[in-house]
This record gives sequence, structure tokens and C-alpha cells, in this order.
Amino acid sequence: MRIELVKRKEHSRLMTMLSPVIAVALTLIAAALLFAVTGKDPALGLYLFFIEPLTDTWSLQEIVVKATPLVLIACGLSVCYLSNNWNIGAEGQFVFGAICGCFLPILYPGFENAATLPLMLVFGALGGAAWALIPAVLKTRFNTNEILTSLMLVYVAGLLLDYLVRGPWRDPDGFNFPESRIFSDAATLPVIGDGRMSLSAPIAVLVVIVLAVVLAKTLKGFEIRVMGESPRAGAFAGFSSKRLTLFAFALAGALAGLAGTMEVSGSLNQLLPSISPGYGFTAIIVAFLGRLNPIGILIAGFVLALSYIGGEAVQASMGVSDKIASVIQGLLLFFVLACDTLILYKIRFAMARRAAPAGEASHV
Amino acid sequence: MAEVLTAAEEDRSHAQGQRNSGDLLDARGLTKRFGDILANDRVDLTINKGEIHALLGENGAGKSTLVKMFYGALEPDGGTIAWQGRDVTIASPAAARGLGIGMVFQHFSLFEALTVVENIALALPNPGNMKDLSARIKAVSEDYGLPLNPTDVVADLPVGIRQRIEIVRCLLQEPELIIMDEPTSVLTPQEADRLFLTLKRLASEGCAVLYISHRLEEVQRICHHATILRHGQVVRECDPSKETPASLARMMVGTEVIGVSIGAHQPATGNVRLGVTGLSARATTPFATELKNIKLEVRAGEIVAIAGVAGNGQGELFDALSGEMRVAPAMVRLDDEPCGARNVTWRRRRNAAFVPEERLGHGAVPGLKLSGNIVLTRHGTGDGLVGSGFVSTQKAGELEQRIKKHYDVRMSHDDPEARSLSGGNLQKFVVGRELDRKPGVLVVNQPTWGVDAGAAALIRQALIDLARSGSAVLVISQDLDEIFEIADRIAVISRGHLSAPEDARTITRERIGLLMAGGAEDEAGAA
Repeated sequence: MRIELVKRKEHSRLMTMLSPVIAVALTLIAAALLFAVTGKDPALGLYLFFIEPLTDTWSLQEIVVKATPLVLIACGLSVCYLSNNWNIGAEGQFVFGAICGCFLPILYPGFENAATLPLMLVFGALGGAAWALIPAVLKTRFNTNEILTSLMLVYVAGLLLDYLVRGPWRDPDGFNFPESRIFSDAATLPVIGDGRMSLSAPIAVLVVIVLAVVLAKTLKGFEIRVMGESPRAGAFAGFSSKRLTLFAFALAGALAGLAGTMEVSGSLNQLLPSISPGYGFTAIIVAFLGRLNPIGILIAGFVLALSYIGGEAVQASMGVSDKIASVIQGLLLFFVLACDTLILYKIRFAMARRAAPAGEASHV
Repeated sequence: MAEVLTAAEEDRSHAQGQRNSGDLLDARGLTKRFGDILANDRVDLTINKGEIHALLGENGAGKSTLVKMFYGALEPDGGTIAWQGRDVTIASPAAARGLGIGMVFQHFSLFEALTVVENIALALPNPGNMKDLSARIKAVSEDYGLPLNPTDVVADLPVGIRQRIEIVRCLLQEPELIIMDEPTSVLTPQEADRLFLTLKRLASEGCAVLYISHRLEEVQRICHHATILRHGQVVRECDPSKETPASLARMMVGTEVIGVSIGAHQPATGNVRLGVTGLSARATTPFATELKNIKLEVRAGEIVAIAGVAGNGQGELFDALSGEMRVAPAMVRLDDEPCGARNVTWRRRRNAAFVPEERLGHGAVPGLKLSGNIVLTRHGTGDGLVGSGFVSTQKAGELEQRIKKHYDVRMSHDDPEARSLSGGNLQKFVVGRELDRKPGVLVVNQPTWGVDAGAAALIRQALIDLARSGSAVLVISQDLDEIFEIADRIAVISRGHLSAPEDARTITRERIGLLMAGGAEDEAGAA
């Protein structure tokens, strides 16, 4: 007996919905195995990882705080991936956006008025877009591989931030710690509720709604989907693949930069050598788990944010390595991509095998 | 050499025992079907040792399908293949190579980043060490007049040398039959001459060559025997040296009487709606064709057809006309307005419409619903499909219903993805989508490629009706029957040159065959 993948005539709607669910289920099984292999109780591990964080207000708020940048970045990335632009460098765009958004309160701490915060957000978005446009321009002008260039720029941005907070942007009153000065109230995103949630969460929801409408209803959304699936047909429709590449990268960079600025302004309140636990990379998983669909991304953002909190929880209470969260995130992406095969293919078990082909048996 | 024979096959080969033992390869009744299309219909073919055997036919005649069955890349639906007198099942290219059948493909299968010797080592079952192999490559390639430097990197080599690598790779396996699929289509005349010497040498050593080509003068020059395919069937076998290019061309394209009255054709007296002057464009890839100084006028009310063998510049010409490839403004004119540098949407807004050859992936997006595929080419043409940036799915659905009804597009459920439609139905949709706009200028490449007879008739009639209503229609086709059925004037494209269009009532098939086989270049050059 042999297992065959048979192409479907059309995309399966059922599988489009079901594939992420199957992927999450497979991830849970794999995570249980992982706990078992390391000698921990799998049931307790899964409970602490996936369920307990949902039972308490503090960790629920933390999940929202972590989900916000993931959702924002993943929304931008979905436009890239839908249009066949493989932007892997959102982490760098997040960091560079944060740098650009935060120069105002660091270099001009006296500039405190109603325009401070909006200006920071605008600069953050512009900075992220500019950083993302580097690989986009390289791709359209010189045909370089955007996967490599965007990824390499992540490390450039990270080192730049490291240099700034240890050098010129170090807090003059900070006892030589590698940190910038703490932002004034005018440069801090307003807090919502009593926890760490800030205005960034509703902004992310707004972005999700706008993007969902644009992708589903407008000609631009149509262009994005067509160019991703069939560039030749897109050119026949009169769309320019180069212009779309620039657009998709700029949009993704702007959203990542915005997320970076809001993360610093709303949560950290100062620049640190490291401002992201890999949001830009985790957002890739969020984008795919969410079917590259803004609404799906909103849900997937919470799932992945949960994995951060759950990872911390099992580390604290079971003594598992803190790498467990990254491993489970990686497994999830792996299973999502694998299950997506089922959208356009179905599995068939072929019972009968043809007689052995001549090529295998002959020619001594 | 051993073959896998089932008991039944053994019996049958004994029963057919009177086969000529001198035959190297003897195919009887080979049949291959792809969906609705019978690509090979009971084809018989015999190749002798030391023979250069030509396989002639228009595109779509079934040549590639036939040789793929010999090379183990396709499994026949019926018929038998006997190799050196014994029935065999050739299950894979590796099995074919094991028997002694080698093939040189039209488009090469080489790794550009690797050297010559590395590429060859990859294809050999047991290459041995690289030093010895390099020495063998050097010896064999020089022996056959195809010198190669084993350490060269393929990326740096021109196409002629790349083909040599393929041939030498084939020779190293000491084949008894070499199949060559249009080997000269990428060669300069000088490179071709050298290849012919090698082929003659191989034949003199007893190796047989199955030579696929539509360049008739080549076939006459080097082939001992020719089998001519048309619509999947063997129509003639002959000795090409006893024929003329004209008679070979006639065999290839057929001489059936066509059921369209001459009266349907009318001399065009209207304005020039589509004008092309001095259109030249470089080839952008190694397999593309350079367009050379093309001149053409299509008037209101007429259908001009461009005949020619595939890969002679039809796709490039289409791209230049549609605006997917930009050229100098004056080279293309729509209703006397220069537009060579304008994009496809601009041209559509000037009431031009285009139907490309490739339905899926060019004319339509496979994963998009039909209504979405209507938006694809009509979003900019004032059909009300897009209002302030938003796409009207309702309007697209209405258009889809109209096209489906008017052009008889059959589907299993409403508004399916384009990929689920059969070729003929999708073609009706893609053509219907453009005709529905009543375009003033229509350029269509292969309007009925792979379409069943009923759908083809519907599409052709629609093209004629459009022209008679005052539009200019340019049809690019490889199907001469179709061209004679609908065209008012006929031009021929060959290696990027276009012959001057001639009246369809007076031009003969022989003349078209000669123009296809290279005459168009000479005439265009002389003009």
C-alpha cells in the first residue's frame, strides 16, 4: 500500500478552516511528547503551558500586551506573503522603527506636548518602512533574494540599537547601564485599565479591520492576491510587480515600525539593548497560522502570545528550559505549513501497485 | 541486455514472430490519450540501425508524445514497442537508457552552477572518478567533433555548447538510438552544420537517430527516412531526399478541403486600427526569440492571421502588442495613436482586447473564481467593476453569468475556480470575457488550442462576427486549417521575421509551408 497526494480540482474550503486546527492539535501532541521525553508530566505541562495563563487576569492582560505587536507585524507580513514577497526581516523593521520613533524623547526630552506621541508613531512607521524598502529596492533593481537581505538587516538593526543604547543614547543619569533615559508622560502611550495594556491594543484591532476590508473588497487587495498566485496573469491585468513589491515591503515595515515604537513607548518606556523577544520572527508563524487573513491573524496572535506566557509559566513552575516556547512555536509553524498541503491536495491510499517497472528489475 | 516480459507478452511476441530482426525499434499501434484529446492514434514507426529518421509534423501533431513513450517518460495507453525484435515495456527514462535509448532535449536539463564534468557525472549511473571521466569526456567530445572543456562552468557557456554537453552525455552511455528534439532550434547555422557531421558519423557507426524537426531543408539534407504525423496519426512515410520542401510541407499541413465559402472573405477597406511599424525587440531570455523589424496593418472589418511554428516569436509579438513588453511608442499604434510604451490597461481603455496563448497562469489565475478572473482584465475598462477602489462582486457575478450563457461555458457549480474548468470551457470563458466587451481591436494567440471541435467552431464564428462588425482582429495560430477558415489575409512568422500578409484566397499551403521553413526571413530581409 502506498500513500498518494492527489491534487484537488479547487481549494477545499473545509481544509482552509480546519488546517490550523489540525496543526494546533498536532502541536499539542508533539508538546506532550516533548514533556514526556524530558521526564515531566505531560498533562501538567500542557495545563501549565496552555490553560493556566487563561485563568488569571494578570496573565490575560500580558497575553494582550504580547499579542499586540505580533498581530500588527503579522498583518503587514500577510500582505508581503500574499503577494509573494518573502519578508523575513520584520524583527529588524520593528527595531529600526523603534529607534526612529524614539529619537524624539531621547534626544529632545524637553519637547513635550500633544504632538509628541503622534510624531513618534509617524517616525516609527516611516523608519520601519525605510528599513523594509532596502531589501525591496535591492530585489526590484538587482534581483537579489529578499529572504537573505531582509534577514541580514535584522542583525544590522539589532547591532545599531545595541550601539546606540550603550553609546550616544545612554541615559546620562543612568549609572552607566546600557539604557536610554526614561520617557516623559508626553511620550508614553496612555494605559488602558490597571495593567500594562496600552492604547496599542485598540490600534492593532483597527489595523486588522482596515486591512481585512482592503484585502477582501478593494482592487488593491485583488492585485495583491493575483500577483502572489500568478505574476504573469497579474502583468496581463496591468499590475506592476515591482511597484507591488515596494508597496508590500513598505507597508509591512511601517506596521512593524509602528509596533516597535508602541512597544517601547507603551510597555518598556525606554530603549534597551534588546526590545523584542523575537516578535518579528514569531509574527511569521502568526501570519501563516492566521491563513494570511487579518481576522485569522488576530486569533493566531493570541495563540502565539499564549505560548510566550505559557513558556514562562512552565519554566518557572516545572524547571523546563526557556527554549520550550521557541520549540513549540517552531513545531506549530511546521505543522501549519504541512497541513496547508491538504487545502489543495487530498490523501489517497493506493492499494494496488503496478507491476514492477522494467527499469528496476532489468539490466544486470 | 534483459527485458522484463510478462508471460502474456512473451506469448504475443512469439505469435508476432515474423518481425524483421534488423529493425532496431518497431512500434505498432501506439496510442496515447490526454483527456479529450487523442495525442497519438495507432502510430506505427520502424527505425533501422544506422538510420537518421525524421519525425515531421506541426506543433500539436503528437511528435513529443510519441518520443516520450520511447524514452519512458510517458506510458502508452495501447500498442506495443519492440526493441531489437523483442517486446519491451519502457517504464522510465532510466530503463530507456538501460536499453540503449538516449535523448537530447530541446530545453536543456543542466545545472548552471556546476561544471561540464559534474553535470555529466550526475546523469551517469556509475560515473567513476572525476579525473577519468574528464579524460573520457575530452576524448569522446573531440572524437565526434564536439570539443568540450570538462572544467568549464555551464553558466558561462553559450547555448550551442550546452547542447554539446547534452549530446556528449548521451554518447558516453553508448546508445544505439538517440532521440533529438528540435536540436537546431537553438543553434546558429554553423553550429548546426557541425552537428550534422556528428550525426552522419554516428549513423555510419550503426547508431540510429530519431530526428524531430520542422525545418524541412535540414530533414532533406541529413535524413534517410521520414515519418509524418498529423493530428496524432501517421499520414505518410517517405524518403525525404526524393521530395521537395513544398511536398513535405504539404504532407505536414494537410490538404483537406475546408467547409468555408470563399465569399465569407472580404477585402478590407476600413481604417487601419492596429498598426505595427519597424517593431524590433531583443530576446530577454536564452529561449526567447528576437523580433526583427516587424511591419503589419490590421484594418477595420478584417481578420489577419499569423501562421508559424511555435517559438518563432509569436509570444514576444503578442507581449509587444498587449503592452506586457514595452517598446518604442511609434512601433505599435492603436487607431493611429502611438502606444508602444503604454501599458496593457491603457490599451484596453482604448478598446483593445487580448487573449494570450496560455489560459491558466496568463489569461486566468488558476485559484481565482471566474468572477475574479473577469475583474482581472476588465477592472480598468469602465464596466463598473471598480468604484473608488472597491471591487463590485455583484457586477462581476452578473458579467460572469452573461459570459457563461453567451459563450456556453459549462461548469459543475456556479462560479468555480478557473483551474477546475476543462481546457475548452476555460478557453470559451477567456475568449468570451474579451469578446463581451465588443473590442475595436482584438489580438488572440492560439484561439482554439486544445479545444474540441464544437467549441472551436463557436470561437471562430465569434471572431468572424466581431471582425464583420467593424473591429480589427489579429489571430496568431499554428493551426492552418483554422487560419484558412477564418482569415482574410495571412502572414507567416519565422525566427522573429514576419512575411508580408497575402490574400487568403490566393495563398497556397505550399507557400505557407515554405515561408514557415525559413522563407519568411528571406522575404522580410529582401523587402
